[in-house]
Amino acid sequence: MPEMTMAEAINLALAHELKHDDNVIVFGEDVGKNGGVFRVTDKLQQRFGDKRVFDTPLAENMIAGLAIGMATQGLKPVAEFQFMGFIYPAIDQILNHAARMRNRTRGRLSCPLVFRAPYGGGIHAPEHHSESTEALFAHIPGLRVVIPSSPARAYGLLLAAIRNPDPIIFLEPKRIYRLVKQNVDNNGQALPLDQSFILREGSDITLISWGAMLTESLQAADQLVKENISVEVIDLATIKPIDTETILNSVAKTGRCVIVHEAAKTCGVGAEIAAIIAEKALYYLTAPIKRITGYDTVMPYKQLENDYMPSTKRIIKGIKSVMQENLSGVIDEHI
Amino acid sequence: MEVATYRAKAKIKTEINQIQFLNQEGQVIKSLPKFAESPDTLLTLYEAMQQNRILDERMVNLNRMGKLSTYPEATGQEGFSVGVGYAMNSDDYCVYYYRDQGTQMMRHIKPNEIMAYWGGDERGNHFQNNTTDMPNCVPIATQYTQAAGVAFAVKYKEKKNAVVVTGGDGSTSKGDFYEAMNVAATWQLPLVFAINNNQWAISVPLDQQTHTATLAEKAVAVNMPCLQADGNDIIAVIYAMQLALEHAYDGRGPTLIEAVSYRRCNHTTADDATRYQPAEAVKAAQALDPILRLEKYLLAQNILTEEKIRIILTRCKDNIQASIDIFLQTPKPKPTDMFDWLYETLPKQYQEQRQACEGDHDA
Repeated sequence: MPEMTMAEAINLALAHELKHDDNVIVFGEDVGKNGGVFRVTDKLQQRFGDKRVFDTPLAENMIAGLAIGMATQGLKPVAEFQFMGFIYPAIDQILNHAARMRNRTRGRLSCPLVFRAPYGGGIHAPEHHSESTEALFAHIPGLRVVIPSSPARAYGLLLAAIRNPDPIIFLEPKRIYRLVKQNVDNNGQALPLDQSFILREGSDITLISWGAMLTESLQAADQLVKENISVEVIDLATIKPIDTETILNSVAKTGRCVIVHEAAKTCGVGAEIAAIIAEKALYYLTAPIKRITGYDTVMPYKQLENDYMPSTKRIIKGIKSVMQENLSGVIDEHI
Repeated sequence: MEVATYRAKAKIKTEINQIQFLNQEGQVIKSLPKFAESPDTLLTLYEAMQQNRILDERMVNLNRMGKLSTYPEATGQEGFSVGVGYAMNSDDYCVYYYRDQGTQMMRHIKPNEIMAYWGGDERGNHFQNNTTDMPNCVPIATQYTQAAGVAFAVKYKEKKNAVVVTGGDGSTSKGDFYEAMNVAATWQLPLVFAINNNQWAISVPLDQQTHTATLAEKAVAVNMPCLQADGNDIIAVIYAMQLALEHAYDGRGPTLIEAVSYRRCNHTTADDATRYQPAEAVKAAQALDPILRLEKYLLAQNILTEEKIRIILTRCKDNIQASIDIFLQTPKPKPTDMFDWLYETLPKQYQEQRQACEGDHDA
């Protein structure tokens, strides 16, 4: 099993599907000869030809519309948006058409497509290149939103996304494109699209995160072991639909929960997770839920970028504050 | 006639000569194309336009009766709508906007499906006799880039069909229109952009929409052939469409067709066009009516008689009435249909909501 980065694992998954399904096509801005600005589609055009892997004129709204038209007629488009910050012109197409084509034609037509986009901060990119706006898409009925956090999961989740018969937003945390290497077996095995992954088992508190923030989340969990705090770390992986079962089982076990995400706090995916726990597992909680997130501010340019993103230190501080709370104690006091 | 290509040069005045065969008196001013030599064809076109108008009249009535949501009529634009549908082969692909009921009926979409759609039932987009055309498209201009995607798929699968996308004059102001023309021309896709220039985008007239003299010339920007047809002359519409379709079938890329007509009706049943359309302009447009024009010609040729007109109108009314009966007798969709067509398989996370929905609506 070869060791590879997440960028290479995504490339491997694309190549696997291009090889096994003639209807799969890969396109976007600079994905052809250049192999994408992050080289995620490196050499795919060379290997599969410019009929299957190609550049488009520079228009994101058009890329989305094209993909929808293609998908309704039996192709399986995997279209790249160069950065998530440039995906917004395409929201019209994604929300008004891709997400509801099956519904609005009562199954006569459908949109089996994947929109890939690098997302998130931490690479000191220019303005508009660092946001995490996954919640915008998670709010749209009919879509699926997937975010991998390791090379192997990126491979398996992308295979699943391409094979899925419905439209999928596949967000790639670009900060960890090349951060770690992992053995990835090119076995064509897809992962489920509605299941979270328990990366570390723990008994004191549940930490739910996704994408690049799992790096700091795992570091925090490691450090807290030394202080006898056992953190269960969950990689949400599928932002829509959310694997409520894994979350609820974990919270039922630990009674405490923190949610870590880069995105702004208000109406972030963390709010949805907190609401699910409040609806389904309130009585298991022994402390209030805490969200450790990006601030409700505009994503800053690179000089303040590290001040914006939740750091390992902030996560540890947040977990410790939740560990100090004791809801049952508070209730006892009031009785 | 060759489809002309207009190249932008340093000093260019784009000349677009409107194609017309019948003048407003129904007189032949240029020798008719081959298809228009057949009396049966002309009668088919005449009846289809009449059916389009009768459908619209009945749809407005259904709206006033509270049986239909907002509906966009096409009075005065039947030449465009029916002409586009007639020119296409049945295995071509059509990507509609929302004022295409004439085209849709020509493409085997049933009037009761049209009624279902505008009556607020998604099943109206489940065209039983046309499995590949795209559904009605309400968000302005979003259909254009999708049509380029459909045309890409046709080319990718090495099929010999063409794709037609329709839109109104207002939609040509949106970036989507340019983006789609640009990619279609760059990739030489088998796509025809058919624009119904009815002079009005709700209340905004064309001269507030664009600085160009025609909409056809917008194709110059992407080096795409373009033609303008008299939209009140269905023969001219079909002739232009056939040139563009042959061009696409031959693998020679996309074309922009502008058909000039006049919207002699409200934008939709929720609109009141008397607030903004000058009465004299509407009156002038009445004299250009596409149905009347063909009727005059057919009467002069003795292809049509007053008696035949009565028979045709009765047949159209009966057809539409039969569809209304089906529409009114169709039970409303099940509440759980909201969930059942959302994904191919509803994720288990949403099953609880589906069950709750089912319970909430139990009798």
